[in-house]
Amino acid sequence: MDFDETVPLSQRSEWADVVPLTQDDGPNPVVPIAYKEEFRETMDYFRAIYFSDERSPRALRLTEETLRLNSGNYTVWHFRRLVLEALNHDLFEELEFIERIAEDNSKNYQLWHHRRWVAEKLGPDVAGRELEFTRRVLSLDAKHYHAWSHRQWTLRALGGWEDELDYCHELLEADVFNNSAWNQRYYVITRSPLLGGLEAMRESEVSYTIKAILANPANESSWRYLKALYKDDKESWISDSSVSSVCLNVLSRTDCFHGFALSTLLDLLCDGLRPTNEHKDSVRALANEEPDTNLAILVCTILGRVDPIRANYWAWRKSKITVAAM
Amino acid sequence: MFFYMQILDIAGLQNEDGSFSGDIWGKVDTRFSYIVICCLSILKCLDKINVKKAVDYIVSCKNMDGGFGCTPGAESHAGQIFCCVGALAITGNLHHVDKDLLGWWLCERQDYESGGLNGRSEKLPDVCYSLWVLSSLIMIDRVHWIEKAKLVKFILDCQDMDNGGISDRPNYAVDIFHTYFGVAGLSLLEYPGVKTIDPAYALPVHVTNQILFTK
Repeated sequence: MDFDETVPLSQRSEWADVVPLTQDDGPNPVVPIAYKEEFRETMDYFRAIYFSDERSPRALRLTEETLRLNSGNYTVWHFRRLVLEALNHDLFEELEFIERIAEDNSKNYQLWHHRRWVAEKLGPDVAGRELEFTRRVLSLDAKHYHAWSHRQWTLRALGGWEDELDYCHELLEADVFNNSAWNQRYYVITRSPLLGGLEAMRESEVSYTIKAILANPANESSWRYLKALYKDDKESWISDSSVSSVCLNVLSRTDCFHGFALSTLLDLLCDGLRPTNEHKDSVRALANEEPDTNLAILVCTILGRVDPIRANYWAWRKSKITVAAM
Repeated sequence: MFFYMQILDIAGLQNEDGSFSGDIWGKVDTRFSYIVICCLSILKCLDKINVKKAVDYIVSCKNMDGGFGCTPGAESHAGQIFCCVGALAITGNLHHVDKDLLGWWLCERQDYESGGLNGRSEKLPDVCYSLWVLSSLIMIDRVHWIEKAKLVKFILDCQDMDNGGISDRPNYAVDIFHTYFGVAGLSLLEYPGVKTIDPAYALPVHVTNQILFTK
């Protein structure tokens, strides 16, 4: 930055011609904020150039100073955009500016909106750069909601779908419990113009997901993803043997949480799966002297025990089971 | 204030697809759908927007897990779910919600160990989700699916017993935001001595009654 931050604006000759505009809090302000002097003065000068609509290089520098004091001020971001346009300022430099502000705090709606505005103006050529930027943010916080939102926007508006599934895999290798990465995976297989859509991708994705489930059966995300792969296709969901097999596999293990395997089996049974003896034996092996009623009811009883904090939910599920849905 | 609000061209902020931008500069997010619908319903001028299109947009943000995100395809998040379910509740469109599926997703937010609620799968419990998750569960009539006593204990454990206030999780620094959400959560859990709040408006019921049922 080429200004001396330590000198108050009122003492800088560059600003001598500007009359700062104080904030009008009204005659009886309720809980007036105790602004620091530097903040108050900077905002007073910003108000002056904002109301005089001065779109100059010094105005641009002032918006930067103001944003460093409060990067959430959307009026300042808006005015900065007007100034950038008026000056036909280098937008690649602007991307770097945004990255510098993001270093302090990237959980800021206004910053991401500004980033989108700049990227949209620069067009598809910056798709790679936007994916790289969000990748850096996600490397610090892999569930950063703004970064994921910007990444989805980038893919939709600018492109870059080619490596996205691999990127999701990379994140899931690092943390298979990352629900954002599973969500992004679903986003890619359902919306990428380069892939064939959900049905075309189903077989490979089921295989991928089952591997993930077997490595960590207590993972809510992977089980939900598996079910989502059969969106609107109940027939395939109950007839695909790999789905009920993974449930059986997990239920036969003694070293892990059985809750998601049981709830998935419950869903299958309620959707019409005809249980085999293997299913029945598997479930009965987990029963604690519970009465041997219909299989789905027994699964609910066991769930009430293994997932006790949701006992009311499992009791409700039990109450919905009709004899026909055995 | 009502006079000035009515001059504000909120209808102008609605986009072709029914979504709302937060301001004239364009960011779209289901949070804004909720804010617009909530404000206009309090001002009794919901007719200023195309409610059907607004609802259609919210429904387009529904995910396979029954939850909602900020835009179509975005990850289900309890805060966004509150906004979408709240907007659908206020406009009389809760039939678009798969209440059983969403109810299960919401009650899965409760952590067995602490009794607290998180906002997304595998994230840490945070007191603010006591409002977002609980309100949503109440609006879809599934609040009995969480373990209330354990959640009450979690919120109370987040208090600073020396200086007052409530933090996001036990032994962290308190702030006004989490104090509000903790108290609101206790209200929704019918904690004795706390006034009832309306889950869709997050306002005390005596206030919403006054606004909505008087001319």
